[in-house]
Amino acid sequence: MTTVLDGEQIAKEITEKFPGAVVSADKAAVVVMAESLYQVAEFLKNTPALDFNYLSNLTAVDYVDYFEVVYHLVSLKHNHSLVLKTRCYNRDKPVVPSVVSLWRSADFQEREAYDLMGISFDGHPNLKRLLLWEGFVGHPLRRDYL
Amino acid sequence: MEIEKYGIVSANELDIAEGLRINSLIAASQQPIPDPDRWLDEELSRNVVITTVDYVLDWARSRSIFPLMFGLACCAFEMIGTAASRFDIARFGMDIFRWSPRQADLMIVAGTLTWKMAPAVKLVYEQMAEPKWVIAMGQCTISGGPFRESYSVVPGINRIIPVDVYVPGCPPRPEGLIHGIRKIHQKIVKESIKKA
Repeated sequence: MTTVLDGEQIAKEITEKFPGAVVSADKAAVVVMAESLYQVAEFLKNTPALDFNYLSNLTAVDYVDYFEVVYHLVSLKHNHSLVLKTRCYNRDKPVVPSVVSLWRSADFQEREAYDLMGISFDGHPNLKRLLLWEGFVGHPLRRDYL
Repeated sequence: MEIEKYGIVSANELDIAEGLRINSLIAASQQPIPDPDRWLDEELSRNVVITTVDYVLDWARSRSIFPLMFGLACCAFEMIGTAASRFDIARFGMDIFRWSPRQADLMIVAGTLTWKMAPAVKLVYEQMAEPKWVIAMGQCTISGGPFRESYSVVPGINRIIPVDVYVPGCPPRPEGLIHGIRKIHQKIVKESIKKA
């Protein structure tokens, strides 16, 4: 069984490396600033003690006040997992840095989040609609759709 | 006295009478009597069937439908169940589900149709050769079902292609689909080549 790492413990390690990057943290998840997301993800992937080499899931949630992008990270070597989150408050043009260059599995997942939730992933090599067709107006999983 | 009245015929007279009968029979039997062959004509008249081209064509068509498999969602499993041994639509001459629209004349659309899939349905329908029929199977296909208000689901397949028989249910039982197929049969036997 995969060990779920304590979010507060990881948040301390992140804060040591990147001061001010962590917004909040509890046992379940770590929430980081959107601006420092890529550096934090790089740190989590490339630190040998953590070694999160597998992104099992990437999704987005609409909390009306802000969008939350959720990353489920797994280390296949150490057999532990972590939930990383980031928030973007700009409803008109929410932008989050892309992690495709770190984890290839983020490619389609980010396209899906862009398609259904309208979140732009900065640095994505091919950010276009995945499930819906070209020319579809709107992002249907947003709370204010229709 | 009494005996003498009738007299005793001599043997010679009997022989003469016999000879006359035989000679007259020979004279009457010079030609063979024809064999009785009236029954042959009667048998032949029983085997000539008079019917219409419409009846024969409709009879052949309705009893040899080749369905096109178009299982889109969960209804497809009821359609597969209908085709399998228990319900066995081979009884209706529908032995094989065709995967090529060019070899099929009945399209059974089973399941939720999304707008992204809709062009494929239209294309496949247009590839089918005339005459062709469509069964809309299940609530989603008929009206969009619970997804009618959705941004991605076609609210009824009759927006895309004409439908002959609607089989409601979520999903319909195989008996329901067989009932729909029987309705298609009833529809086919009413068709005429005059229209086509």
